[in-house]
Amino acid sequence: MFDIDKWYEIIATIRKNKMRTFLTGFSVAWGIFMLMILLGAGNGLSNGVSQNFMRDAVNAMWLWSGRTSIPYQGMQEGRQIRFTNADYEILKDLEGIEYTSGRYYIGGNIFSYGKEHGEYTAITCHPELKEVESLDIVEGRFVNEVDITKTRKSVVLGKDISDALFKEKDPIGEYIRVNNIPFKVVGVCKEGGGTRHRNAYIPVTTGQKVFNGSNRLHNFALTINAETLEESQAIEARVRETLARKHKFDVTDESAMGSYNKLEDVIQTMKIFQAIDIFIWIIGIGTLIAGVVGVSNIMLIVVKERTKEIGIRKAIGASPSSVIVLILMESVIITTIAGYIGLVLGTGLMEGVNFFVEQQFAASAASNGGQGETFFRNPTVDIDVALMATGLLVVAGALAGYIPAKRAARIKPIVALRDE
Amino acid sequence: MIRLNNVHKSYVMGSNSLHVLKGIDLEIKAGEFVSIMGSSGSGKSTLLNILGILDNYDEGSYYLDGQLVKDMSEKKAARLRNELVGFVFQSFNLISFKNAMENVALPLYYQGVKRKKRNKIALEYLDKVGLLDWATHLPNEMSGGQKQRVAIARSLISQPKIIFADEPTGALDTSTSYEVMEILKEINNNGITVILVTHEHDIAAMTQKIVRLKDGRIDEIIKNGDLKDFQHQYAKELETA
Repeated sequence: MFDIDKWYEIIATIRKNKMRTFLTGFSVAWGIFMLMILLGAGNGLSNGVSQNFMRDAVNAMWLWSGRTSIPYQGMQEGRQIRFTNADYEILKDLEGIEYTSGRYYIGGNIFSYGKEHGEYTAITCHPELKEVESLDIVEGRFVNEVDITKTRKSVVLGKDISDALFKEKDPIGEYIRVNNIPFKVVGVCKEGGGTRHRNAYIPVTTGQKVFNGSNRLHNFALTINAETLEESQAIEARVRETLARKHKFDVTDESAMGSYNKLEDVIQTMKIFQAIDIFIWIIGIGTLIAGVVGVSNIMLIVVKERTKEIGIRKAIGASPSSVIVLILMESVIITTIAGYIGLVLGTGLMEGVNFFVEQQFAASAASNGGQGETFFRNPTVDIDVALMATGLLVVAGALAGYIPAKRAARIKPIVALRDE
Repeated sequence: MIRLNNVHKSYVMGSNSLHVLKGIDLEIKAGEFVSIMGSSGSGKSTLLNILGILDNYDEGSYYLDGQLVKDMSEKKAARLRNELVGFVFQSFNLISFKNAMENVALPLYYQGVKRKKRNKIALEYLDKVGLLDWATHLPNEMSGGQKQRVAIARSLISQPKIIFADEPTGALDTSTSYEVMEILKEINNNGITVILVTHEHDIAAMTQKIVRLKDGRIDEIIKNGDLKDFQHQYAKELETA
């Protein structure tokens, strides 16, 4: 194995048969290269989209009230359903619900501070909204329980609002006016994974009190404790049933109470990605098989082409095993090196794409206050997969060479010599 | 050196069986210079291939240098070929992608001689056949005579006891043929047994002993002294033909 002379003989043969070496190597390098690109692209797409999804908690659910569209228990359709604080208390303690936040809509949201003013959205909420919408606190704090119970006029500004109203100044502790009512800024936040931070958050009880909402709520944002689609649907059904019973509307009435379950969406999309993954793997395996067939074909031809050479070598004293070793080592060396080249080129290309994508991402992140937008990220392939694929091709090449090489090594030299 | 007893050989081609050698008894002593003659299909090349352990035989026995050569494993046959015999072929059978020196050195590779050493020895042998300047040339850059001389150098490098030559002059013109025969004669003068197959009478006439095959049997064996008669008879044959 470590006989330098043997290596020299094999390397000399490889170097003097460049076309043969190239053809054998090319099919391997190409197979690995394509596999790397395919799997890399698949992973990149999948990574990019799942990052986009992580902006809100993936197990979030939203509920909103409307008018009934189905007559129920003798009541006509078209009845307005109204949520109240009592519903919040019920939902909060419902099994399977993690965080709950109610919201009361307030209209005409003009924000002003000194001479600066702008129109933004004020969302009234419970402290739990921070978890549901994955809000990042940049400065100060979020709405807390004390704000709720004491109906304090506190406000948490989105980064964009605070930048617009306060410029360079520190907003914490300052008073701004929302619809001409003064609120004290207690924090600045960013929306997780988002690019726009134009919402402000005020305690829901304060909203109800200041803007004449009494105990009304318009919608709920929840997170649920569900791992699977079935669990999440079960919880959703339970929520609907509970509220339908309380507000006397048909459980199936989507317009009396609308709901949106993010997990359902995520799971559906992830299923699409699993399908794409499987598809990519099928193409990848197809590419590999094409590579294996290519290598096998070339090895068969190589042995055929070398039959006479084998005859000569045997006539001057080559043993059958030395002939087999010569052919196999050549095949293994070529396929290993070519596989490595394919690996390096494929990885290199994918790293190049990654570099480009990351720059795009950084550029969009810079213009969006730290949150970039992309559907394609980190398109890399598991090194184990790549090595296994290369190994497979090497073994296939060796096997494809071994069978005819063994036959050629066993036939009488005179038969091999006669081969033209 | 060589002893054949009742050697038979047939080739099976589909359902037909072609009986090529029909009982050959032959003895060749060390240092002889023998030519095997015969019309095409007489089995002369088959006989040479069996003698050179390139092919096997069906019946009888063959002793090479005192060893019985029968149903030998390829590994053992390869070693015997490497140590005992050298081959010269009509079509030269040089490896096309190796230069003259590497071709000559190849038998030593299979003896495990280190590259530097075997290349040095190869150059010596190339010098002996007058091709030292052509050491780095590939076979396709050389003339037929030069290729055959390279092949002869290759057959000699392992210092064999016997050289087998299958129509060594078959692809060469007359003057080149005679040059090659001169080299073979010189080899024989150094004590190496040379056995060649030819269908050319003038080439055969340069050897010491002619084995004439006819239809798979030995027709006659003409010894050195009788060669003149042989030439005479050959001339007469030509006249009558």
